[in-house]
Amino acid sequence: MIGDWLDIGWVDEIPVRGSRTVQVTGGDDIAIFRTGEGRVFALLDRCPHKQGRLSQGIVHGGAVACPLHNWRISLTTGEALGDDKGCTPVVPVKVSAGRVLICRTSVLKAAA
Amino acid sequence: MTQQQDHLVVIGNGMAGCRAVEELLARDPTRYRVTIVGAEPHVNYNRIMLSPVLAGEKTFDEIVINDAAWYADHAIDLITGDPAQDIDRATRTVTMRSGRSLAYDRLLIATGSDPFVIPVPGRDLPGVISFRDMADVDRMLAAAQGAAANGGGRAVVIGGGLLGLEAAHGLSLRGMSVTVIHLMPTLMERQLDEAAGWLLKSALEARGQTILTEAHTAAILGSDCVEGVQLKDGTIIPAQLVVMAVGIRPSVALARAAGLEIGRGIKVDDHLVTSDPSILAVGECVEHDGNVYGLVAPLWDMCRALADGLTDRHSGYRGSVTSTKLKVAGLDVFSAGDFSGGNGAEDIVLRDASRGVYKRVVVRGDRLVGAVLYGDTSDGGWYFDLLKREEDVSAIRDMLIFGQAFAAGGAQADPNAAVAALSEMAEICGCNGVTKSKIVACIGAGHTTLDAVRATCKASASCGACTGTVEALLAVTLGDDYSGERNVRTLCKCTSFGHDDVRREIVAQAMRSIPEVMQKLTWNTPDGCASCRPALNYYLLCALPGEYKDDQQSRFVNERLHANIQKDGTYSVVPRMWGGLTNPRELRAIADVVEKFDAPMVKVTGGQRLDIFGIRKEDLPAVWADLNAAGMVSGHAYGKSLRTVKTCVGSEWCRFGTQDSTGLGVKVERMTWGSWMPHKFKIAVSGCPRNCAEATIKDFGIVCVDSGYELHVGGNGGIKVRATDFLCKVATEADAMHYCAAFVQLYREEARYLERTAPWIERVGVAYVRERIADDADGRDALAARFLVSQRFMQEDPWATRAAGEAREQHAPMAVFTPLDAAREMA
Repeated sequence: MIGDWLDIGWVDEIPVRGSRTVQVTGGDDIAIFRTGEGRVFALLDRCPHKQGRLSQGIVHGGAVACPLHNWRISLTTGEALGDDKGCTPVVPVKVSAGRVLICRTSVLKAAA
Repeated sequence: MTQQQDHLVVIGNGMAGCRAVEELLARDPTRYRVTIVGAEPHVNYNRIMLSPVLAGEKTFDEIVINDAAWYADHAIDLITGDPAQDIDRATRTVTMRSGRSLAYDRLLIATGSDPFVIPVPGRDLPGVISFRDMADVDRMLAAAQGAAANGGGRAVVIGGGLLGLEAAHGLSLRGMSVTVIHLMPTLMERQLDEAAGWLLKSALEARGQTILTEAHTAAILGSDCVEGVQLKDGTIIPAQLVVMAVGIRPSVALARAAGLEIGRGIKVDDHLVTSDPSILAVGECVEHDGNVYGLVAPLWDMCRALADGLTDRHSGYRGSVTSTKLKVAGLDVFSAGDFSGGNGAEDIVLRDASRGVYKRVVVRGDRLVGAVLYGDTSDGGWYFDLLKREEDVSAIRDMLIFGQAFAAGGAQADPNAAVAALSEMAEICGCNGVTKSKIVACIGAGHTTLDAVRATCKASASCGACTGTVEALLAVTLGDDYSGERNVRTLCKCTSFGHDDVRREIVAQAMRSIPEVMQKLTWNTPDGCASCRPALNYYLLCALPGEYKDDQQSRFVNERLHANIQKDGTYSVVPRMWGGLTNPRELRAIADVVEKFDAPMVKVTGGQRLDIFGIRKEDLPAVWADLNAAGMVSGHAYGKSLRTVKTCVGSEWCRFGTQDSTGLGVKVERMTWGSWMPHKFKIAVSGCPRNCAEATIKDFGIVCVDSGYELHVGGNGGIKVRATDFLCKVATEADAMHYCAAFVQLYREEARYLERTAPWIERVGVAYVRERIADDADGRDALAARFLVSQRFMQEDPWATRAAGEAREQHAPMAVFTPLDAAREMA
């Protein structure tokens, strides 16, 4: 029986104001972010601009700056902020008893 | 008809259980016969007030809520010191530890929470206690008194949440020397954001407590009783008392054994009824609609709904929006709602550095959704009210952060009006004691810009915290004549300060961390942005060599991973080749790495070394280990740092060569490698004026001549080509290196972050640089000495530490997910 949430690890494995990735065989990585406030978000690890690895960007407030061209992407909506236009798929994520869970269906959809 | 009284048995003589009974009696004093069963040997007391008892500010009698007379007056049977141990739902009886049992018609479980004990070795040693009830306080007081008799003792508090900090404060007041160990980077991270957490930490440290954040407890040490705590990094902190205050969990053991439905807490419906219709539950032990509460306000809401239900009024509990207004160790903190940002949320931040006040409200659309206050919580209730009522705040938005008094102006409110309303004698600039009337007079005398005001009456010329107010005064006084924008480019949108202001204040106020800078210089965002964080990290690193702990999350990816990110997400790796020299061993190691890791391209760079392309992030540590094994270190081709020292072959081989340019280049590179700079920095040494090493388009260039060494500065071969300015000529190699060190340090200390030497020199003038480096011998020596001190801490190969396993997690995925059969899973 496969549940809809994937347990990917402890929340404190993600650096505060940093990110880790979940590798998806046959698909794009998922970037898991932890903000200065301790909130956890997940996006496809791909900037809508030139596919930069968002997981490698600087996390500030509720956004991440893409390492390639400094686009700012909202962690909650995946939308590019400011004057830039574009959107990265968001993967639902929740934290339960210190474990980080991401939505399996969304991962599969994003990976497809 | 006269109805026989139903028997209501309440398990738990705490705040929730007794409050529920009070609410019930207020609605119908005769409906139930009530028995309360308590585990503790006391009447109901206010658990929240245990901290003042520990701190010596209150006695136990002062925190009693319901005294013995209350139970007697309401004919409530009270059983104390005899915890309930079993619920038999079939026979509707509760059995206590003493064996006594009670039959019930309705049962109310109000068992509260249990302290969570982290599963480390030594947790059961005598001297390890939690902080939950009066007995714990008595144990702490006994320990403190015992220690006082021996000249004071040492306590460790594990957990930097509210309870832990209260315990630490109390023990500290009782004369113990206290260390707080907290797992997270900031204190009270669930109630406070990073900025407020940092303020709290600073205030507690100023009172003599030691606060260790990001500290993992590995074991509690001791044979017969506690002797200390060991952290995962090996640190041992001696202690005779360890208070475990890492958190609480709903106390559900009794309910679980009785077969009631349990989630995180005992599951209840809107009327606080459990999965058994004759059993109710209330307080911290319950889970309602997925939520578990650990605060008092929700508990009161629950008790009202519960009493309504028990008396057939059925109002229903709909969950609570919570706020936290607390005094932690005498310091005021407040938080409410969602202050995590994101999702269209905008932050409004006010920092008053001199008063130690931090206020942040979070607005989404037209609504206030969250607030964090530190130091001045007087408007907490007002914010909470706006938040709960979901009031449209767009009309008062500009005034919101100033609090209710200012915002009361309503729709006509204008941010400048608050300043206009200040009295003439109000002191605007605390640093220089400048009043409003003085500033207005200064503006009236023709000083119509901020810089002119600063230059004349000194307002906002020191710490700068009042800059905004002074600007508002300019706007109010000059009206349409005020040109507005200052002529100083701010560091970024998070601050009104320019780079030079920030650097000057970091040094002047001896600031030591990024949150401290943001607080003292009144940043308007909670944790900065991708522009200011790397700049602040560099400025602190430069100001505090060997002391400042580099913040990895404030570095651009290349400097975090010590390699250059490429457009496809792979990395390129450039090992250092000193002065552009290499040998068979290094070349073999590079060739082996290229084959082993299947690198698709190797390129000779303009800086005379080899760049290996297409390395995966996961493979970087292994690549570095192989390169290290052949004696190579990081080339820092990725950093705002010393890149290469390019050389020509010089007098050793070249028929034109005048000096040993290759040897000097190697020495210069050995001296300067590893140093972080405002921007990348390139050096070259040419052996004769033919200048094959292109020294005149480098940041620092040395051109050898027969009679010595010509030094050139500020060249650039990038977007805008700029030839160097001639600095001076020196006679010896040692002088050339000494001047180089001094120049690098001047650039490190005075250029703005991301400013190459070329624009820096154009800004300050080459005459200034000559004055500092060539003309001022003492100043030059001091600069060079500071550079060498800084280099003592910089010349550690980052590749070697990474290859040895440091920050391993940065290279590995957190998890790997392989869909078994994607098509089937999608179905």
